Amino acid sequence: MNKKLEARNVNVYYDQTHVIKGVNLGIDMNSVTAFIGPSGCGKSTFLRLYNRMNDLIEGFRKDGQILIDGKEIYENGMRVEDLRKKVGMVFQKPNPFPKSIYENVIYGLRIRGINNKKMLDETVERSLRQAALWDEVKDNLKKSALALSGGQQQRLCIARAIATEPSVLLMDEPASALDPISTSKVEDLIYELKSQFTIIIVTHNMQQAGRVSDHTAFFYLGELVEYDETKKIFTNPADTRTQDYITGRFG
Amino acid sequence: MNKTSINRLIDVAFRYFGLACTLFGLVMLGIFIIDVLIKGLGRLDWKFLISLPSRFPEKAGIYTALLGTCWILVLTALIAIPMGVAAGIYLEEYGKKSRFANILEINITNLAGIPSIIYGLLGLEIFVRTLGLGQSVLAGAMTLSLLILPIIIVATRESIRAVPRSLREAAFALGATKWQTIWTQVLPASAGGVLTGIILALSRAVGEAAPLIVVGALAYVPFAPKTPMDEFSVLPIQIFNWVSRPQQGFTINSAAAIIILLMITFLMNGIAIYFRSKWQKKVKW
Repeated sequence: MNKKLEARNVNVYYDQTHVIKGVNLGIDMNSVTAFIGPSGCGKSTFLRLYNRMNDLIEGFRKDGQILIDGKEIYENGMRVEDLRKKVGMVFQKPNPFPKSIYENVIYGLRIRGINNKKMLDETVERSLRQAALWDEVKDNLKKSALALSGGQQQRLCIARAIATEPSVLLMDEPASALDPISTSKVEDLIYELKSQFTIIIVTHNMQQAGRVSDHTAFFYLGELVEYDETKKIFTNPADTRTQDYITGRFG
Repeated sequence: MNKTSINRLIDVAFRYFGLACTLFGLVMLGIFIIDVLIKGLGRLDWKFLISLPSRFPEKAGIYTALLGTCWILVLTALIAIPMGVAAGIYLEEYGKKSRFANILEINITNLAGIPSIIYGLLGLEIFVRTLGLGQSVLAGAMTLSLLILPIIIVATRESIRAVPRSLREAAFALGATKWQTIWTQVLPASAGGVLTGIILALSRAVGEAAPLIVVGALAYVPFAPKTPMDEFSVLPIQIFNWVSRPQQGFTINSAAAIIILLMITFLMNGIAIYFRSKWQKKVKW
């Protein structure tokens, strides 16, 4: 079966440090995959390979292949701006722009020169509805995004990421800075979005991984230790390190 | 006296010593301003602003010097702002960490400390003579631009460095190019600091006399500049010229001109403070 995202024998180095070691991983379309593992195990680095955010870091080097829809994304012909339109990202801390809610959502369109008012309006409504934020902000679209609560800001960031109609959504601990109620809203949202997006979520929260994901990948010291259905990982892991980690013996 | 009361005494003593040090500068400035106001305020009227220089103190005005200062201010702004901001952006956002970048960085910091008269000599050699601009407003503005470039560069760098990384990441992750990220997010977010630095730098340029004297600004120009290639004078030079004359009337004139110059610089500093507080309130993360 063809995978939506595929990593083939990927190694990543920061200067001399070997941070991702020979990872092979295939991810199905329209599924939710959780990356778990202790801090510094390489899961965020691995996530950022898919939209080439690591390129910004000095000393970054990688070998092996990362394919999206069967196409290598690190080849010369691939423009990173186009790639990031297809692969959206949500960060750990909500990072809305210090602009209005409306302008936040359409930023990805604006920078591509789209100024058609009707199209922008439609995008704003569609994205905010998808992000389950529309009803809360529809009368205040001109209000500064910084005036929203943390949970609302994070859903705005999700709306902003899906406004460019990506097919993949990367989430780097999207709920770790949120309170429990906002967290559960974001988790519900992930479940909703699964039908249209291939989602990868990095999380430190084991229960969260169990709740939202179909598959779970356990990273440890730069290696992909185990990758399987979430149910299997949490009930009957094949590797003792996975077992030790999810039962809280380390990490 | 035991140890504790000695410590307390030292504490109190230092407090008053520090207060005295703080007040010293302010009191001196206050005395100076009051002195200038007493001497010059009576001389200040509309006619003083629109009269040409003259060898009779009662007839002399600051028209040419004031317009020269305006010309210098505008031209310097046009040259120094784009260059300074662009250089600041380059060094902070594009320049990779390298030996070259380190040398560049140290040198820019050094440039800010070079005495202004040295810039005057540089301007004389390069702009006035080599480029053949003559003793023109343009040559003067270019010289002053060199002088304030380091200030603008440093202010720009510091303000855009204060923009959180998360904001840049958000723009990049949506597919913005580096330039789009800088232009649509980083610069607007740091505009308060950049503007403050620019205005403070310009207000420094307005007050400079030494480099312009070297470049060849004249103390006596019977006309206001009409093109960037004309000869010119500026307020500090006019003041310097009047102060150095023996007649009492010119001392009064210089006091009046000082009031005008101080008003210009205070106004500019006021605008800078306004921008700083406005942006500080608006943007917080």
